[in-house]
Amino acid sequence: MISLSFAVTFVSSLAVAPLYLSIINKTKAFFAGRQGPPLLQPYIDIWKLLNKGAVYSKTTTSILFVSPVIGLGCLIIATAFLPVGRTPSIFAFDGDFIVLAYLFALMRFFFIIAALDTGSSFEGMGASREAYFATLTEVAFILGLAAMAKKTGTLCLSGMLTQISGEMWKQSGGILALTASSLFIVLLSECARIPIDDPNTHLELTMIHEVMVLDHSGPDFALIHYLSCLKFWIIGSVLVRMVLPATVHSAWLDQAMVFAAVAGIAVAVGLIESSMARLKLNTVPQLLVGASTLSALALLLGLR
Amino acid sequence: MAGPHFLLWSELCFLCAALICCFASSNARLASIVGAAGSIIGCVLGLLSATSMLSMGTSFTLNLPCTIPLASLHFKVDALSALFLILIDGLSLLFTLYGVSYLYEYRSKRSLGGPWCAFNLLVASMGVVVTSQNGVLFLIGWELMALSSFFLVMFEGDSNKGRDVGITYLIATHLGTLFLLVMFILMAVSSGSFEFDAFRTHQPSRTLLTTLFLCAVIGFGTKAGLMPFHVWLPEAHPAAPSHVSALMSGVMIKTGIYGILRLISLAGMPPLWWGWLLIGMGFVSAVGGVLFALAQHDLKKLLAYHSVENIGIIVLGIGLGVLGLGSGSPPLALTGFLGALLHVINHGIFKGLLFLGAGAIFRATGTRQLDELGGLLKKMPATGYCFLIGALAISGLPPLNGFVSEFLIYIGSFRGGIELAQPSNLFCFIIILGLTLIGGLACACFSKAFGIVFLGEPRQAVSSSHTLPPAMKWPMIILAGLCIAIGVFPVPIVRFLLPCASQIFPVQQPEVPFSAMTSTLNLLTHITATSLILLLLIFFIFRLRRLFLGNRKVTSEVTWDCGYAKPTPRMQYTASSFAQSILQLFQPFLPSHKALSRSLTYFPGSESISFSSHTPDHFQQSFYWPLFHWVDKRFSILRRFQHGKMQVYVLFIAAALIALLIWQLGAVQ
Repeated sequence: MISLSFAVTFVSSLAVAPLYLSIINKTKAFFAGRQGPPLLQPYIDIWKLLNKGAVYSKTTTSILFVSPVIGLGCLIIATAFLPVGRTPSIFAFDGDFIVLAYLFALMRFFFIIAALDTGSSFEGMGASREAYFATLTEVAFILGLAAMAKKTGTLCLSGMLTQISGEMWKQSGGILALTASSLFIVLLSECARIPIDDPNTHLELTMIHEVMVLDHSGPDFALIHYLSCLKFWIIGSVLVRMVLPATVHSAWLDQAMVFAAVAGIAVAVGLIESSMARLKLNTVPQLLVGASTLSALALLLGLR
Repeated sequence: MAGPHFLLWSELCFLCAALICCFASSNARLASIVGAAGSIIGCVLGLLSATSMLSMGTSFTLNLPCTIPLASLHFKVDALSALFLILIDGLSLLFTLYGVSYLYEYRSKRSLGGPWCAFNLLVASMGVVVTSQNGVLFLIGWELMALSSFFLVMFEGDSNKGRDVGITYLIATHLGTLFLLVMFILMAVSSGSFEFDAFRTHQPSRTLLTTLFLCAVIGFGTKAGLMPFHVWLPEAHPAAPSHVSALMSGVMIKTGIYGILRLISLAGMPPLWWGWLLIGMGFVSAVGGVLFALAQHDLKKLLAYHSVENIGIIVLGIGLGVLGLGSGSPPLALTGFLGALLHVINHGIFKGLLFLGAGAIFRATGTRQLDELGGLLKKMPATGYCFLIGALAISGLPPLNGFVSEFLIYIGSFRGGIELAQPSNLFCFIIILGLTLIGGLACACFSKAFGIVFLGEPRQAVSSSHTLPPAMKWPMIILAGLCIAIGVFPVPIVRFLLPCASQIFPVQQPEVPFSAMTSTLNLLTHITATSLILLLLIFFIFRLRRLFLGNRKVTSEVTWDCGYAKPTPRMQYTASSFAQSILQLFQPFLPSHKALSRSLTYFPGSESISFSSHTPDHFQQSFYWPLFHWVDKRFSILRRFQHGKMQVYVLFIAAALIALLIWQLGAVQ
């Protein structure tokens, strides 16, 4: 039973992930008074790209096309660490969140060197910024999870997330709120959303993630599109379980609630993107260090 | 029992080879053959001796008759010594193979006898250091190690810079030895003998233990390259030939770690503040090391600063272990020490690999400056992919070995952070903060190093990059294979480390519960499963991608350059520009000197603009130089006695002898 619900959840998360990108775009379109692209547009884009040929730069080596493959492998494993509803994942083990953070890092490492592989100064610039911001994001992420570990006394991601309850929010809401706000900034940074990065800009100098993949095309680019959707799902569902600890004592319904609540986060991201501009590059680190500080504060409150 | 014989013959083998090389310095071929053969046979015998100990499970001793006063030729190989012996001899074996063809290139310019003699002495002395059971013998080995590595650092000593580097190393290592001398004398005074066993059974006072520990941290920390005492390391390691840099960085500095661990095992139950101090120093070394590494332009100097970082990680693990011992939690102590010991091995492997890679790059291009290299992966694929594996491993990424040891330290710190009482749990979270910070920064540093050196377009016309001889290629491939093997299958090696880690536990400590060992091993099987699934997934996605791309058009074009008509390799992002934004954030800790000269006309010619940046070592600039200048000034009065007149020196000796005689006569009466 547990393995069945795990398998269903796992497959459906992999399938549903691109939908949240649509929800963000629909929200943005709504606030801009536009119709917006159809709900299934990300799927159409990915399918279209998968069926194209590819153009490679003469400068590049195998690193360029290996990077999305490794990235997808990392994220699929990271998805498997997420709990099902309010029952732990069958892959859960002590320290799995460290593995998750380091799988993100492995993926990032390959995207950075893939960007340097092209020899383009734009992509080098994007790679440099990615390395910089990701360092700060990772600190906020792991310290936030450390605060959770300290609070719940467990060392596996599923354990932490399933132990958060309404009761815990009443007792130590401060710690949870600090961690959740830090994780929200982590989500915005890791998924390249405003105010850290602007996914819509067409000027290479202002971009981070987008500029790193200028020379990817065809199936490689399809994988990259899919990757960014999956990343949103992973961090989004961690965040959702932290802020919405409600349960109806049925794994299926709980999981359905998580799917719905991540859509809520997507709407929130869309709202932010409609209401504010991207931060200046030199103020982004301040926001990210701020996120780390929130996590550290949550941790220190937990030590008390 | 064959163990002691193997150990004895291995040491004799190194010494004989060193002696022959010393006399055969004019004949490059003979020196290479004898030096390499002696080192290889010695290493194999040393490995046999260590593995025989570990397979038997009982330590053995070797006692030779000795007439040196206070010393005894008393060697003992227990689990901890065996581990370090395997590290020393196993890696030296591979570095020797590499060194044969690396050094042979220099045969027309330099005599090879000296370097081979010093190399063999270095390996022999490290063996003595990790097996000796007598303080005086230990110091003799330690001094021999310092001197032989000094001669190797002076390999390029005919330049001013090379000589300065060598002298800095010599001074630093002797300052460290000074503290060790004090430590061993204090130990001997309190226990009545220089033998370690005498001290083990002796109950020293608290103040004495504190003094001993501080001496050990300074003395061994200098050799290991812990942060405030590291200044010699980033200078000395790049100066030596690459296989010696690998040996010094991967193996020699670990003797400092061995010393700290040995003292902890001898000293009885450590107080908690030892752990706090070690964690504090480890944090500073780890974060400081990686930040300085990020600022470097020289590949080998970058790697040398990363040794400071990795020693920091190891010391964080030891600090966690000491916290576990001090607060009566053996499972925590076990995890900390296991993580530290595994990182000792892992760092030896990947740092060795990276230095050998740097040597191969230097041999092919003649430069170590990151910003002069580029696009080497196409020209040197074997070196490139091996370097990539080393870079991933040193950044602590799964599924490679660096991740496993960091994971153990992480898990231990999380457990400690949850279980331990007030001040200690904060230190556990400091370890976590340190590990996450360096995780991101090391990723940035090595994506930079690999990306700039091996990817993109060549920044300079590369001199005909000759093919790598197999003797240089295979050691790298073996080390890269080890990185993957330990990363994917850590359980066997951790099981093998368990007796070594419990060796560090003081005698008074209750046995480590069996459940703690099995739970750690269980955790690591999850790592194996994750790594294997990751590799399988990557394989399948790769096949899937090939399926999609199979019969479609794949074309080649130039890199998208926003429509510039004439892109040149010089327009690529450089290593300094890559690191600049991160360094900006840490500006208070990294005072970079920037020199920018630009002409004020609207159409500047290329000759009028130049930019260079340079990040000097903080500690060296603002602490050591002022200190040494002060010492120099205060002690210049002594120069009056040292003026090179032989007759006056003889007079001094005579006066000293007469004074001693009078004093002795007075004592007799």
